[in-house]
Amino acid sequence: MILIPGRSSKQGTSLNAGKLKEEYQTVTSTIEMNESTMNKLGLSAGDRVRLSCSTGKVEVACGKPRKDEDLPDGMIFIPYGPSSSELMESDTAGTGMPMSKQMMVEVERLGAN
Amino acid sequence: MSETKTTEAAADEPNIRIVEDATCTFCGCVCDDMELTVDLDANRITKAKNACVLGRAWFLQHGIEDHPQAMIDGREVPLEEAMDEAARILHEAKFPITYGLSDSPCEAQRVAVAINDLVRGNIDTTTSVCHGPSGIAFQGVGESTATLGEVKNRADLVIYWGGNPAESHPRHFTRYTVTPKGRYIPNGKKDRYVVLVDIRKTPSSPVADQTIRVKPGRDFELLWALRALVRGRDISPDIEGITGVSRETLDELVERMKNCNFGVLFFGMGLTMTRGRHFNSGALLALATDLNKYTHFVAKPVRGHGNVTGADNVVSWQTGYPFGVNFHRGYPRFNPGEYTTVDLLARGDADAAMMIATDPASNFPKRAIENLKKIPVISLDAKPTYTSRAARVAFMVATYGINTGGTVYRMDDVPITLRPAFDSPFPTDEEVLTGIHTRLKALRANGRKKAA
Repeated sequence: MILIPGRSSKQGTSLNAGKLKEEYQTVTSTIEMNESTMNKLGLSAGDRVRLSCSTGKVEVACGKPRKDEDLPDGMIFIPYGPSSSELMESDTAGTGMPMSKQMMVEVERLGAN
Repeated sequence: MSETKTTEAAADEPNIRIVEDATCTFCGCVCDDMELTVDLDANRITKAKNACVLGRAWFLQHGIEDHPQAMIDGREVPLEEAMDEAARILHEAKFPITYGLSDSPCEAQRVAVAINDLVRGNIDTTTSVCHGPSGIAFQGVGESTATLGEVKNRADLVIYWGGNPAESHPRHFTRYTVTPKGRYIPNGKKDRYVVLVDIRKTPSSPVADQTIRVKPGRDFELLWALRALVRGRDISPDIEGITGVSRETLDELVERMKNCNFGVLFFGMGLTMTRGRHFNSGALLALATDLNKYTHFVAKPVRGHGNVTGADNVVSWQTGYPFGVNFHRGYPRFNPGEYTTVDLLARGDADAAMMIATDPASNFPKRAIENLKKIPVISLDAKPTYTSRAARVAFMVATYGINTGGTVYRMDDVPITLRPAFDSPFPTDEEVLTGIHTRLKALRANGRKKAA
């Protein structure tokens, strides 16, 4: 699946409270997928999943499903943070910029929260 | 420098100060119309009039941290001792690097460049993992540009590409680009047509008159097709299969772009952080330039941190290059991919690092973080972070714009003066950096650094 890290309002406001605070860590380890994708994977809001790629793996929670028309099938959104960094490849293709969006990951269900 | 406009309360009233025209430095909008109510007894801002949701969090969550000014290996030490140790680390390192700077005022950025010039170090800013690819594209393609004031007063076609300002820069729409009335845009939003190009629906989508959903990783193809159509060239009959956007939609957009009075393309990290990186930004910049054959068209990156644009400006006017600058040979060299911090750390090149107002231990790729943890790190930040926690020398500094003055650049390269709200017991990052710089000069005078 394609992982798209990005900014969100909650990520921004919790950042101000402090990165070491629980709110920031919760916000940046909660993913979003559309309803069809979550159904296909047998996932509900609150379930824990493992995202993995050749660079690393992280455990995150599923947020509420997004409408199918709002987020394409097979796409995962996550607010920027330590979890998305764990999966980021360090190669920058000579630009200085690692591929920070559009990362290919595997999703594994770990169980209900 | 202009004076802080403040109103103090009478003696028998609570100890309240009102700061007018204060500046928010959370994001690159750098809104300078804040009215802050400050409780001077509690050292807290209790109200931030005109602030957006991010700005309110920035001002209202800010207090004085219960934290030492300086620490070495997690142990509280006098500030002077920490500056001695920081200078020693930088002096003895063969390949010291400095990174961050986008949440520091220009006055501190200037000292950071001087330090790296002195120790023949490497200086890079968070631009390299933000709009660094756009910086590369500017040098290759050029930039047809404008200030946000010009956009407000003139733009009748506003296109956002690969960005979500409603969540990242909430007042971009309301202060500059969509709703405000301008000199030649008397009816505000009614006089503008707003297009949003993205791979998903975001909270920014409802603002747009038209949303265009591009397939992930196909921005370059879509931009190049638009360039071809603007120039009257034919494009692949399967353009919809390639990009997810129909030929009809493209034709309509091209006509709209060619026939507007003043068009602007704002672009975000949906272009710079995905496959294609600087080619994507370059294609968009070239499209804006092409359109000037027909009308007035500009392009601007939507910048993230409060003074990331200042970092580009200061490093540029001091070294000739905007980021990823190496002084190892005694003169500045620029080479993204070689002198940019992710690459330097991932390869294990650096043997000491000074991190200023940034948290790479939280947001860099894993391999870079692993190598960062192997070398001595000097951290300057206004809050405890993953990086400060792992630093050999950690300085807690005052927050710019809230506790300190100085200059920052808005995302359109307009410099703005800060108006602080209340004092901090912590030093400014300029003071810490100046202390380190002074010590380095003394160390250099006592014996040149060993050759690498």
